[in-house]
Amino acid sequence: MRLTGSGVRCVRGGREVFSGLYFEAASGEALAITGPNGAGKTSLLRLIGGLLTIAGGSISLEGGESELTLPEQIHYLGHRDAIKPALSVSENLWFWRDFLGGEAFDPAEILVVVGLDHAAGLPAAFLSAGQRRRLSIARLLAVRRPVWLLDEPTNALDAAGQTLFAKLMGEHLLRGGLIIAATHTPLGITARELRIGGAS
Amino acid sequence: MTALAALIRRDIKIALRVGGGALIGVLFFLTVVVLMPFAVGPDLALLTRLGPAILWLGALLASLLTLDRLFMADHEDGSLDLIVMSRTPLELTCAAKALAHWLAAGLPLVIATPVLGLLLNLDATATSAVALTLLAGTPALTFTGMIGAALAVTLHRGGLLLAVLVLPLSIPVLIFGVAASEAAITGPLSFGAPFSILCALSLVSFVVGPFAAAASLRHGLD
Amino acid sequence: MTLIDLANPTRFLSLTARLLPWLAAATAILLAIGLYQSAMAPDDYQQGATVKIMFIHVPNAWLSMFVWGVMSLAALGTLVWRHPLADVAAKAAAPIGAAFTFLALVTGSLWGRPMWGTYWEWDARLTSVLILFLMYLGLIALWRAVEDPSRAARAAAILTLVGAINLPIIKFSVDWWNTLHQPASVMRMGGPALDRAFLIPLLVMAVAFSLLFLTLHLAAMRNEILRRRVRTLQMMQASRRSA
Repeated sequence: MRLTGSGVRCVRGGREVFSGLYFEAASGEALAITGPNGAGKTSLLRLIGGLLTIAGGSISLEGGESELTLPEQIHYLGHRDAIKPALSVSENLWFWRDFLGGEAFDPAEILVVVGLDHAAGLPAAFLSAGQRRRLSIARLLAVRRPVWLLDEPTNALDAAGQTLFAKLMGEHLLRGGLIIAATHTPLGITARELRIGGAS
Repeated sequence: MTALAALIRRDIKIALRVGGGALIGVLFFLTVVVLMPFAVGPDLALLTRLGPAILWLGALLASLLTLDRLFMADHEDGSLDLIVMSRTPLELTCAAKALAHWLAAGLPLVIATPVLGLLLNLDATATSAVALTLLAGTPALTFTGMIGAALAVTLHRGGLLLAVLVLPLSIPVLIFGVAASEAAITGPLSFGAPFSILCALSLVSFVVGPFAAAASLRHGLD
Repeated sequence: MTLIDLANPTRFLSLTARLLPWLAAATAILLAIGLYQSAMAPDDYQQGATVKIMFIHVPNAWLSMFVWGVMSLAALGTLVWRHPLADVAAKAAAPIGAAFTFLALVTGSLWGRPMWGTYWEWDARLTSVLILFLMYLGLIALWRAVEDPSRAARAAAILTLVGAINLPIIKFSVDWWNTLHQPASVMRMGGPALDRAFLIPLLVMAVAFSLLFLTLHLAAMRNEILRRRVRTLQMMQASRRSA
């Protein structure tokens, strides 16, 4: 499996953010997108996820499931954590597992993995920022998606959480997944660096 | 189907729990209907004549105001991104969201109608006629209103803009809803004709609403 | 029962645990006596047996306003004295007040049915009670809209006090609106000249309903305190560990 972007151009609000961007990542590889604020790291992730319209060039995935579009094979972990405070921790996870579809795993076991099993029945409103992040990460494990798009994934995670997440990312790569992460801080896994907006 | 059932279950749960707005819509409906006599006077004969119109206007405004949060809440916490990217066709997802919204916020309006009919001195026939037309017509309000809600979320504006976008679209529903109720109460037209058109409007909105909402969500999630 | 004694929720819980059975028993006995006396009261020469609805209606109507008074005091307690139990008292009172107001509306409309020929007439008093009911529902909606009770408390307290100031204005406006359209109300509810045969059961019922409110209110406050403790425990549970 290989994710390729060639000549990708991004325009936001009439302003060109970047253009002529080439990147590729194969199964088992992680790509770390770095660059100053405003360089378009989040925009690139959202372009790959199909949440922004591409202004030029193309992004394609070879060797994925042919009946599915690229966004349908992606897990997107954005700044906002997609957690409903009124629902319990376990209800939140169950919803995304059922809604996202595909090969699914047992939410109760995943909550143990991310260290939230003690809070499973509690409203998500009671979670701290780091715990909310862990719950978002649990979503990545609830259903299988080959491509993980991660936007500043280690934000709000404590040292233990970062170690745990690095381990989970490593396992995902070993299973043949690929990771594209926008980040300021080291991810804790071997990753090729894609620097954008670095000229200025 | 699991995906859609999960979505409907989640939205109804959120609407009914603390912080959810489902029952505030009914309260708003009640308040609007109670306000009317203060504006037109407590003349029961007059209120009886205006009753169906007042109830329909109240239900229209109540279902409109609760629509504001239909996509906005999911947009604010990032759920909408994942919903757009998911394997379920966005049109079906929109339809499921609208259905959940109608069950949590539209159906209670229909159930509250008999009580409000009492306040407006409507007899049993008139009340059941209005309740029946609301049952057939409020889904159309939700499904057309959803288009406005989807547009509003992509423009990052809610509230009044939504009202201005959606109210003109709901005029046909209002016309035939009130016409059918009036026909059942006073005649001379038959109840069947306007009621059939009302049902037809609802059916059309089931098709148009989800497609238009999905299209505007796809193109506007910057 | 001074406020200082009860300031501590734990002391409040233990005190009310002992008090509540007695209160409930007194309420039940007084209600039984009041209902018996009401049933035995003679029929009115104009209204017939329907006048007996008064014995339920009037205490409910009186409590519907009294409870708002209690909530206003509690609101002052929240805003001025910052008494720890004030917002618990205010929150617990709202649904009970709404229930009494609802019963006043229902009994009023049942009472009016033989007089007016309809279940509802935009009579000045009933209309005022209806607006009061809407305000109760609004207040409950406010409590329900915010997940954290201490944050909702101040907003609810301000709304309660604004409501207390506005209620007389609303009452006056509704009276004015009503006389403007309708020179004379069809019926004067619980008119001024009450015979002793009506007055005594009515007073007994009024005391019984006040006791009923006190019992329900204390029980609801206990529930609210316990609910907040559960919430605190849950929050502690959530932050217990994350490794």
